[in-house]
Amino acid sequence: MSLMTDRKRVIGLGTAKSGTDHFWKSTVTAVALLVIVPMFLFSFGPLLGEPYADVQAALARPFPAVSAALMLIVGLYHFRLGIQVVIEDYVQGPARKIAIIVAACLSYGLMALGLVSLAQIAL
Amino acid sequence: MADVNRGNRPLSPHLQVYRPQLNSMTSILNRLTGIALLGGAVLVVWWLMAAATSESYFALVDGLLTSLVGDIVMTLSVLALWYHALGGVRHLVWDMGYGLDPDDGDRMGWGIIIGAPALTFLTIIAII
Repeated sequence: MSLMTDRKRVIGLGTAKSGTDHFWKSTVTAVALLVIVPMFLFSFGPLLGEPYADVQAALARPFPAVSAALMLIVGLYHFRLGIQVVIEDYVQGPARKIAIIVAACLSYGLMALGLVSLAQIAL
Repeated sequence: MADVNRGNRPLSPHLQVYRPQLNSMTSILNRLTGIALLGGAVLVVWWLMAAATSESYFALVDGLLTSLVGDIVMTLSVLALWYHALGGVRHLVWDMGYGLDPDDGDRMGWGIIIGAPALTFLTIIAII
């Protein structure tokens, strides 16, 4: 028996040496998305199929622009966390690491592309 | 903690001998909708990119997303989004230690199955 308490033993550890960090980030982003998803759906949805000028004007306003930006940042970060769990469940060996890296690049790349596009329209 | 019951734990259920039921099916569908939403994200980012590029490129992408096929894909994306949101709420409830017995799990499962199409319908009514 070690003299360390159970709590001290688990702080910052676990097999990934990151404790419950991944789980907690998924949870926090999930709760945030419960607010962000309706904001995004009801500001982005009506813009589909609208004329070019109207879309430019709408996305230059704060609420639709912030809704879309939050959806891109929090949504794709939540996806990046979730897809890693899926990959860890089904892919073994070196392919697992490669798949996680590819998924992260895809998530952050899509996020960056969306945000830059949004900035060019909104600013 | 880590020294207890090593090697004598119950196995997780193997898919080959696992009888499908509401709880597992709604959970598997939650994961599938999460993965499928990448497709919706790609389309929305493509649309934003087109809106930032030029009027003619925007017309092309916007036309694709509002065509018959586009409408079906976007509607399915909204359905997947609401399904995943409600399925996620069930996980948040479970994580807080509530609703863990089979009956509660089934009730929440039906809530997701009925709630997701209902919210999709309301969303489409609201944004058209």
